[in-house]
Amino acid sequence: MEDVTLVVLILDSTVRLSAPLVLAALAGLFSERSGIIDIGLEGKMLGAAFAAAAAAAQTGSPWAGLAAGIAVSVALALLHGFACITHRGNQVVSGVALNILATGLTAVLGISWYARGGRTPPLGADARFLPITLPGAEAVRDAPVLGALYSELLSGHSFPVYVACLAVPLAAWTLYRTRFGLRLRAVGENPLSVDTAGISVPGLRYRAVICAGILCGVAGTYLSIAQSAGFVREMTAGKGYIALAALIFGKWRPLPATGACLLFGLLDAVAIRLQGTPLPGIGEVPVQFIQALPYVLTVILLAGFIGRAIPPRAIGIPYVKER
Amino acid sequence: MTPAAARELPRWATAGLLPVLNLTAAFVVSGLVVLVIGEDPLKVVRLLVWGAFGFEEAIGYTLYYATSFIFTGLAVAVAFHCGLFNIGGEGQAYIGGLGVALVCLNLDGLPFWLLAPLAIAGGALFGAAWAYVPAYLQAYRGSHVVITTIMFNFIASATMVYLLVNVMIQPGQMQPESRAFSADARMPFMHQALAGIGIDLAASPLNLSFVWALICCLLFWLFIWHTRAGYALRAVGANPTAAIYAGISPARQTMIAMLISGALAGCLGLNELMGVQHRLLLEFTGGYGFVGIAVALMGRGHPLGIVLAAILFGALYQGGAELSFELPRITRDMVVVIQGLIILFAGALEFMFLPLLTRWLIRV
Amino acid sequence: MKEPTAAPAIELRGIDKRFGNVHANRSIDLRVAHGTVHGIVGENGAGKSTLMSILYGFYQADDGEILINGRPTVVRNSAAAIAAGIGMVHQHFMLVETFSVLENVVLGAEGGALLAPGKARARTELAHLAREYALEVDIDATVGDLPVGQQQRVEILKALYRGAEILVLDEPTGALTPPEADHLFRILRLLRDQGKTIILITHKLREIMAVTDVVSVMRQGAMVAHRRTAETSMEELAELMVGRKVLLRVEKTPARPGREVLRVEHLRVADGYGVERVKDVSLSVHAGEIVGIAGVSGNGQSELLEAIAGIRPLADGRVVLNGQPVATRRRGSDPRKLRHLGLAHVPEDRHRMGLILPFEACESAILGYQDDPRFNIGPFLDYRTIVADTAVKMGAFDVRPSDPHLRTASFSGGNQQKIVLAREIEHDPDVLLVGQPTRGVDIGAIEAIHRRLIAMRDAGKAVLLVSVELDEIHMLADRILVMSNGSIVGEVAGDAVDEGQLGLMMAGIAPAASAAGAGTMP
Repeated sequence: MEDVTLVVLILDSTVRLSAPLVLAALAGLFSERSGIIDIGLEGKMLGAAFAAAAAAAQTGSPWAGLAAGIAVSVALALLHGFACITHRGNQVVSGVALNILATGLTAVLGISWYARGGRTPPLGADARFLPITLPGAEAVRDAPVLGALYSELLSGHSFPVYVACLAVPLAAWTLYRTRFGLRLRAVGENPLSVDTAGISVPGLRYRAVICAGILCGVAGTYLSIAQSAGFVREMTAGKGYIALAALIFGKWRPLPATGACLLFGLLDAVAIRLQGTPLPGIGEVPVQFIQALPYVLTVILLAGFIGRAIPPRAIGIPYVKER
Repeated sequence: MTPAAARELPRWATAGLLPVLNLTAAFVVSGLVVLVIGEDPLKVVRLLVWGAFGFEEAIGYTLYYATSFIFTGLAVAVAFHCGLFNIGGEGQAYIGGLGVALVCLNLDGLPFWLLAPLAIAGGALFGAAWAYVPAYLQAYRGSHVVITTIMFNFIASATMVYLLVNVMIQPGQMQPESRAFSADARMPFMHQALAGIGIDLAASPLNLSFVWALICCLLFWLFIWHTRAGYALRAVGANPTAAIYAGISPARQTMIAMLISGALAGCLGLNELMGVQHRLLLEFTGGYGFVGIAVALMGRGHPLGIVLAAILFGALYQGGAELSFELPRITRDMVVVIQGLIILFAGALEFMFLPLLTRWLIRV
Repeated sequence: MKEPTAAPAIELRGIDKRFGNVHANRSIDLRVAHGTVHGIVGENGAGKSTLMSILYGFYQADDGEILINGRPTVVRNSAAAIAAGIGMVHQHFMLVETFSVLENVVLGAEGGALLAPGKARARTELAHLAREYALEVDIDATVGDLPVGQQQRVEILKALYRGAEILVLDEPTGALTPPEADHLFRILRLLRDQGKTIILITHKLREIMAVTDVVSVMRQGAMVAHRRTAETSMEELAELMVGRKVLLRVEKTPARPGREVLRVEHLRVADGYGVERVKDVSLSVHAGEIVGIAGVSGNGQSELLEAIAGIRPLADGRVVLNGQPVATRRRGSDPRKLRHLGLAHVPEDRHRMGLILPFEACESAILGYQDDPRFNIGPFLDYRTIVADTAVKMGAFDVRPSDPHLRTASFSGGNQQKIVLAREIEHDPDVLLVGQPTRGVDIGAIEAIHRRLIAMRDAGKAVLLVSVELDEIHMLADRILVMSNGSIVGEVAGDAVDEGQLGLMMAGIAPAASAAGAGTMP
């Protein structure tokens, strides 16, 4: 019974830790499948986290926070689009600029507005997204195994977590079952095919980066007003890059990328749980090793040792029509 | 990736006027941010300049920061010359610092004139080693160096935390730091060194690493523009097909450029650890690897430009520290904003003003 | 059959287009009648593809008018062209390789926000089209896995699915095997018989004769002739296509060939896609002679030259330089080593390969010779010598402006070419490979370049010249090898050329007994 509880607890924190990764990885998916490299996931999340916390603190409503988070993230995404699509700038340079800009702006504005060393004011319960108890969760809590699974694992997460859960099938459906998805995938593989079909390449790519902005907005909002009660400097702490790694690890496909996010989230959850506890047969595993594992695995994948991660063919190449 | 229009304009316009326009745009937007915070941008500029250059100690600090930025700026620039984008300067500098520290901790019985070259070699070797795998994967397996160097930044970070917490920590201490370097394994401060020859300077963290940074600039200039090897490296960056025609292997040049890049980044530890902190500690790289990107873009890959850009950023860092004393609402993070804007305008939006400039020049 | 209408399916009036300094289309007029296969023939770079891109709305013409079925139509973009009933089968297939055939067909014509209904509709429609026009293809296969011939059928299906009445095919047989090409021609005849109008762009005369009703010839951006296919011949078309440049004759004494310097044996070269571009070519070049390789461009000459120069790997065969084997299938050579052994190479494309445009002229002037001890002091480049040497070369070749520090990109095409030639010739090689030495070069410079090449020969060097300019080959070459479809199909002496015969050979129709075998193998 205790083992079951432990497993459920670890899985539960896996879900919490994976949710922002899933949202950000899906954001990257939309952008990169359209041919725009998105190093700026981190920056968009950070900007959104700050905006959400600030707006929630101002209005007392998490919904206003969500709206602000999405708005800022989309604005940053449009800036990226302006540089990469309209001005055909270097997509990596633009993404790096976005990340650094977000780090600086959130700190500068946070300190100037709130004078709390970069933190936003602590949020009260009603200004946050609180855990939602699904119907019947309390009733089945004591049922063996399944009860714990339902009440702990499925129930009791905040709104953005459920958004992440829905975003996965929705993204997969959009990508594979809709006209927009078909064109999006086409423009990332061969923009000429889209152009000769009479569809605007920049138009499609702008829509893709906006999708990325929205999803990063939700991810950032989750960090500051659901998982925590306010914004802390650099609170994304590399999650955008982990999401990018997961996206590559999932070979730019929604379900495998989500799987990679869950794997990386699980590693994180286990690392937190296992801190200082020796594993049977292995001994104590350094927590840093587990933290570095997502990156190491991604590099090994990129090196071509476990399958091959083939990026969208036109990724990173600005589309120039005239010869 | 130079648009056709850029080739038709005179060089002074594309290499001189355009960067100035971009830089101006970055500073104008920064000024707007200051306005949003509710401060007077001109007052901020005044305080910044005074804080960076207003007194002797400030100049020392400015140049101390600039030293680090020269190393990381050169690192990014050498990769740029080969058509590569090394985002991994941060990780390479971090691991390079380990190399410097290992030399300083283990060979501190040696005389300085022997120890210093060994410390340089340690930093350069470790930094280059950290760039080796991404370089190899780019050159021979086609995995993009941008992604792998990002990954290696995080792996470096985890590795260093592990080493400092578990291996290199000073026994009996809580702080994850190595023991302090002994007195003979420290880079002399500039004010100490110059006092020896009768020049009196205010005390500042500026140390002899600055001299090595300038030597690196000179070597960089010689290498890139005056050696056969540099010629081959630039040829690959400018036109890989023509390079193959000339019998130059792009894969080999990729390796060379990345290893040199890593070695230059690895020298950061000389300034920060051997020069100032005198111990190995966490996060001593402080994002300077990323500042290198802005410095290289602003300096347009030329050592002279890089030194100037590094001094500008040094001034922003030092002036920003002074500024936050005077105006507590503006912290040094403002410098990070400026840095982001410079990368945006001088890098990603490099040619935004080109049509405007072209039209203007045609009219004149 | 469609109701025959008086107005042509397509009429172009005075279409004009420039790209910077390149005048790609010069006031083009063209009428394509309903229900015909209309061929447009011309060399690579004659402006055919540009013209069709304008018709398809991919580029906008600077001037001129397009009439479709007699109605003036503004084709602002591809969507407008599709709406007007024009379907395009591109030279490089515009397919998404990771998509299925079905997905490729519906892209841009999905018929709603959701894919499923449109896909279902396309599935039935495609089955119908496939039956009607012999366009069988597995519609659930991934396009990247299909052979090139089938990918092309997908392109045709795509156009037909969009209701195209006018089909434009741009070099459709470039990557096809002969049986695949024959199948394509059957499909085209079937389409015509069903009332579709077809425009076939090609530089292959055999195809024109095989499948078209009417043919128009383009040369250097202009439309130079229209003929009924039944009333013309390949010889006439070849001459119209290649045309003649008015060139000044350069005085030339008979060649006195010496020992054999370069020998190529059974060379095979494949391109990046694995398609064999050079097929079992053997040739030899002697000291003191210029051997010209004539042929319509795209027939393997470029690959042959690059393989000899050590830039492309050999699929088979070997290259022997000064009696010493320098490259075989197993042991590739590298350009640097070949230069040491006395082989110089003026590449066909100076922008892509011969020069580094952002470099200063003096830096471009040592490209490939950067290791030469003359230009080095230890690890350093000796810029004083390099600049002085460049100045000398610039003087000798009359490069203007003669400023070794000027950026390479700032020179005109002719002067850039002179820099390349000066670099390769002044190094006193035993063998000089030259590709398209006067492409994009003004008339004045052409003569100077021709004199240089003859001077090389007279100095006892071996010169292998590849050019698509027949006149140039005539004037310079002592022996002419004709290349077609990757093989050498004949050899003629430089001073005894029957032009009609040369045209036939270039068109790939092996002449009678006159050309025995390939090249000279002593």
